[in-house]
Amino acid sequence: MRRPHQGVVFTLFFAALAALAGCTKSEAPHKGEVLIWHWMTDRDDALQQLADAYSKENGIKVRLELYAPSDAYASKIRAAAQTNTLPDIFSVLGETRDLASFINSGRIANLTAAMDADHGAWRKEFFPKALATTTLVAGNAYNAPAGNYGVPIDVTNIQMLYNKDLFKQAGLDPERPPQTWDEFISDWHKLKAAHIPGLVSGWGETWMIDCFASNYAFNIMGESKVLDTFRGKVRYTDPDWIKVLGLFDTLRKEEVLVSGVVTMVNKTAEQTFSTSKAAFAFNGSWCVNVYKGMNPDLSFAAMLPPRVSNKYPMKIWGGAGSSFMVNDASVNKEAAIQFLKWLSQPAQQVKLSKDTLNLPSNKAAVGDLPPVLASFASRMDMTTHPSQWPVTEKPTVVEAFDKGIQSILIGEKTPQQIAEDVQAVKDQQSK
Amino acid sequence: MTWSRFKDYFTTYLFIIPAFLLFCVFSLYPFLKVFQLSVFEWDGIARSMQFVWLNNFRTGLFYDASWWVSMRNAGVITLLAMTLQNGLALMLAMIVDREIRAKNFYRVVFYLPPVLSGIVVGLVWNWIFDGSHGLLNHALTTLGLAKWTHAWLAEPSTALVSVAVIHMWKGFGWGFVILLAGLQAIPRELNEAAHVDGANEWQIFRKITFPLMLPVFFLVSILTVLGTMQIYDIIAATTNGGPGYHTEVPITRILAAMVGSSRFGYACSLGVLFGVILLAISMVQLRISKWSQRFS
Repeated sequence: MRRPHQGVVFTLFFAALAALAGCTKSEAPHKGEVLIWHWMTDRDDALQQLADAYSKENGIKVRLELYAPSDAYASKIRAAAQTNTLPDIFSVLGETRDLASFINSGRIANLTAAMDADHGAWRKEFFPKALATTTLVAGNAYNAPAGNYGVPIDVTNIQMLYNKDLFKQAGLDPERPPQTWDEFISDWHKLKAAHIPGLVSGWGETWMIDCFASNYAFNIMGESKVLDTFRGKVRYTDPDWIKVLGLFDTLRKEEVLVSGVVTMVNKTAEQTFSTSKAAFAFNGSWCVNVYKGMNPDLSFAAMLPPRVSNKYPMKIWGGAGSSFMVNDASVNKEAAIQFLKWLSQPAQQVKLSKDTLNLPSNKAAVGDLPPVLASFASRMDMTTHPSQWPVTEKPTVVEAFDKGIQSILIGEKTPQQIAEDVQAVKDQQSK
Repeated sequence: MTWSRFKDYFTTYLFIIPAFLLFCVFSLYPFLKVFQLSVFEWDGIARSMQFVWLNNFRTGLFYDASWWVSMRNAGVITLLAMTLQNGLALMLAMIVDREIRAKNFYRVVFYLPPVLSGIVVGLVWNWIFDGSHGLLNHALTTLGLAKWTHAWLAEPSTALVSVAVIHMWKGFGWGFVILLAGLQAIPRELNEAAHVDGANEWQIFRKITFPLMLPVFFLVSILTVLGTMQIYDIIAATTNGGPGYHTEVPITRILAAMVGSSRFGYACSLGVLFGVILLAISMVQLRISKWSQRFS
């Protein structure tokens, strides 16, 4: 029996496959309904209530979809961008280069005109540092058009916390945390004598090490020298950088750090501090809500990282905690912008702040904040962040720097060796 | 071709469409896409990609020291798993293969760790290995061995071995089940006849059990190598690759390239490189397996 022509069958088969593949939608068609994707589990209820209130007020349905945790959310956003299925409102979780890539590929709406309307009425409502996180200036390193690309819904900054009860226990004044590095080490000696563990932080998450080191780099050598290092004009083997790395060596030698910090995730660090197993913590303003959940009776306060030098101000990382972006290709672009405008008004910001204990992005909404949160809010002017710098370091160099600090903390390498290693990576990247 | 015959064939192919479709979408397409992306520079977002020939492979092979550190770390864990984990699995399988009381209970208990989530196992062992309040340090201190206490997962001398211990604890159940099945397939008459002939336990193991179990040993060793080299979840839940690069493994490096620095093309090239290395190791193991079976 002659076999039938299999080529014909296969051709038809693959034609059917191709037809099926063509059935994928190229853009989410949901006109008249604003769809938001977010990752904020702690703010989901409050955002849902606000979305319902907006729908009642304005007759425009706002639908929230939660995708957590944040790394899964970030992956989903990337995948949606590749398949042109981004929702009307979303967030880009990542660094400025990621934001710029989204902008350059036409996936995020430029909100500058909306911010500038009515003599910049909308823009003026925010903490300037909050907007800076999602603002790209002219001539930026990523060749993205200048403009505002995000609406901050809260602000944050990262400082040090200290346990007031443990301070009392060690005979220290709980209302006077250490201001300088020397005072910090001196206080630590008293805490150590009272058998109280020292500093805890999630330094297994290397960005937190980077944040701590960056604070001191700004304090020791000033912003322009830090940025010149990123530009390749200053080497990491410069004495000022060795001094920054040397602080971690001091932390190791003085045994300031709680055991295991070098591989600890921040959630564990938060549990350690909230159960009074450490006198100091290095954490962000979100911790107020976290500690409240873990131990409502914890007596603590925020403090600036104790300064090493008086020559340059201490800078802390901060800015917009969470920002929403509008899909530039969305059929609901205008409705999405109107909703975000409404969401950033004082009444809505106060509700978000009270319900979730996060700092509001609207200046007028900073009212009756709890004392610790108020001290975080009062230092927003001192914040900086890589997303606000005109130039940032290459990711591989940042990784070598952060991993190098881990090596110092475990006594494996000296600050000088790490400086040389980091510079070698930098030189290789610059080729 | 007549219409009825065409209909017959088309109906036949129609039945395999769902499976074939799933295979294409979830296996074939991503597999081919990884190869395609490995020769491009792309951040995962931009609409355009830059063709860079084999530069990504060159970087991985010759300039990325952390990649080879991660391969070495995975190799060390694999070596420990091949010896200690599989040795333990064989020993337990041989014990449970005998007529002992409650052997079914032991079979279930030994098989429990592999069915647990790697993340959960990692978190539990985090608590055991914790430097300040961990169960292990507490036990050592109680026994008067305080000088042996460590921050097990945070010290360079203990981190990799600690991770390997967790991996072996979680993984030995697989080997146990396969080895037990192999032992049970050996006809009992052979052992009984050897006993009648005056052979001792060691002689029975060396002359009967070992030769007959060779194919099973190789199956277990291939699965151990493939499973251990791809270790990730336990690392993510315990050390995240730290301290420094001491517990970095290939998957954490691939993820660091993809998510940490948005180098999708480079991450894919590392994936291809890793796949080729695993394939080569498996081929060698298969060769040795065939040779040893012929020899035995």
